[in-house]
Amino acid sequence: MKKVMVGNHAVAWGVRLARVEVISAYPITPQTQVVEKLSEMCADGTLPARFIKVESEHSAMAAVIGASATGVRAFTASSSHGLLYMHEMLHWAGGARLPIVMVDVNRAVGAPWNIWTDQNDSLSQRDTGWVQLYCETNQEVVDTTIMAFKLAETLDVPVMLMLDGFYLSHTAEPVDVPDQEMVDRFLPKRAASYKLDVESPHAFGALVKPDAYMEMRFLQQEALQQVPQTLAAIEKDWQRMFGRSYGALEAYRADDAELLLVTSGTVTSTARAVVDARRAAGERVGLLKMKMFRPFPTALLRDALRGVPRVAVLDRNISPGHGGIFAEELRSALYDIPDAERPELFGFVLGLGGRDITPAVIDEVIEKTRAGVVPSREDLWVGVNP
Amino acid sequence: MRELRLHGRGGQGTVIASKLLAVALFLEGREVQSFPMFGVERRGSPVTAFLRVDDEPLKLRCEIQQPDELIVLDPTLIGTTDITTGLKTGGRILINTDLAPEDFPQLLEKAHVSTIDASGIAVRHGLGGRAQPIVNTAILGAYAADTGLITMASMINAIREEVPVQIDANIAAATEAMSAVRHAPMGTIVAREAAHA
Repeated sequence: MKKVMVGNHAVAWGVRLARVEVISAYPITPQTQVVEKLSEMCADGTLPARFIKVESEHSAMAAVIGASATGVRAFTASSSHGLLYMHEMLHWAGGARLPIVMVDVNRAVGAPWNIWTDQNDSLSQRDTGWVQLYCETNQEVVDTTIMAFKLAETLDVPVMLMLDGFYLSHTAEPVDVPDQEMVDRFLPKRAASYKLDVESPHAFGALVKPDAYMEMRFLQQEALQQVPQTLAAIEKDWQRMFGRSYGALEAYRADDAELLLVTSGTVTSTARAVVDARRAAGERVGLLKMKMFRPFPTALLRDALRGVPRVAVLDRNISPGHGGIFAEELRSALYDIPDAERPELFGFVLGLGGRDITPAVIDEVIEKTRAGVVPSREDLWVGVNP
Repeated sequence: MRELRLHGRGGQGTVIASKLLAVALFLEGREVQSFPMFGVERRGSPVTAFLRVDDEPLKLRCEIQQPDELIVLDPTLIGTTDITTGLKTGGRILINTDLAPEDFPQLLEKAHVSTIDASGIAVRHGLGGRAQPIVNTAILGAYAADTGLITMASMINAIREEVPVQIDANIAAATEAMSAVRHAPMGTIVAREAAHA
């Protein structure tokens, strides 16, 4: 069934089809429609889940942590300051290995006060032990929401998926809503490997002393390192049943490229149009979409970028005092490639706080990269008024 | 690819109009994308929404700077804001007004102009109040007739899918508007003045 819907409603449909059992969330722009739609679905019975109203995002995450610990499927969503307010609990969900799925509708962080999109909210949570997946279309949002539960429950890791505020959250486009019976076959009821159970009481969250803490962190790291291959297997099933897949990375017209754009989120779509135009003009320009940011897909990136002469990373985010976050991590991942095969990497900071990224902006990135502009700093800002 | 920009005021249903139009075009088998001007909306303040339509999958995900067409839900916006910013020469403008297209000579210099008294039609069908009628379905009926892009059947199906209340009144308003739209091609006034000279 194809329906025209906004990204926020695509999230709600994904949650409904995944037969989530507990939802706790607090509304915040631009995520609000997710909460509205889910509470409607819970009220009219189309989604027979328990919707727990709370007074803050910290409590919302605490509620889904408790729910998930009892073995049920749990979901929440937030944006920007709401996500940051969850920060302590995000670490807890990661460390407790709870397969919670949450959506972050990417929104810039204040001050200065802003409701528009950039990735600083989710990227500031990169060390909390959550998988991070960045989506490009509303179809990818609904599909990824469902696949995220399978990924989370297979490895006992929480998964956060991102959609750009307004550019997806409030944009209506056709979405092929997966069939419920097929989703049920793809994603059966959660079978928790351990859970809070009154019939078999165990203590959770006990003090772990120095003799065991490191081992538990090691196990968490091992689980996260399995994410790329586990997601690939899950996507293979999804492809077989629904005819669509996305990949942790996606190369677009990248064969024999002299210059590769590295993108994430909705800027990828506009960049595809720019790549098409450049290819039509005979230029060897391609694109690499990074859907997965955590775990950082280092091996996949090395394979995809080895031998490419120049790489331009588009960062809709900034680590103040350092640079674009995707570019910095990518630079580090490419360090071990031999000199002769290592791309020259140019990091561009753009589109912060909802600044529009038009084809002209991406053309400027390509021209600066092609000219080999070496900045006095390691980040090149595009579209900043002097 | 065709790019549209819709201008209205908060409360008139401008964003819903862009969604309805997207659904109707989708039902005609086209690729669509509709979105509001990203910001904070308030009742009575100017509201802008966008729509892209194509036979091929859409790629661009940025605001529309050079629209092919404008739909103006509130004629008081003409003159108070420059609604024609970026409009391609030879583009189309559809205005909710009881005036004729020839009453907009400056717009006719650069665009084809059509008019429809969507407010009058909405009031007759009990959509919104007289002070603030909800004109979106009426003006979309006019758009369907004016462009030939959408059949009445798809328009009606889109209204049934998307409009939560007063479905029959909205369908009746869209239907009435289809036969009431007036059109003047670009350059109409210029040609008439030349004849007088």
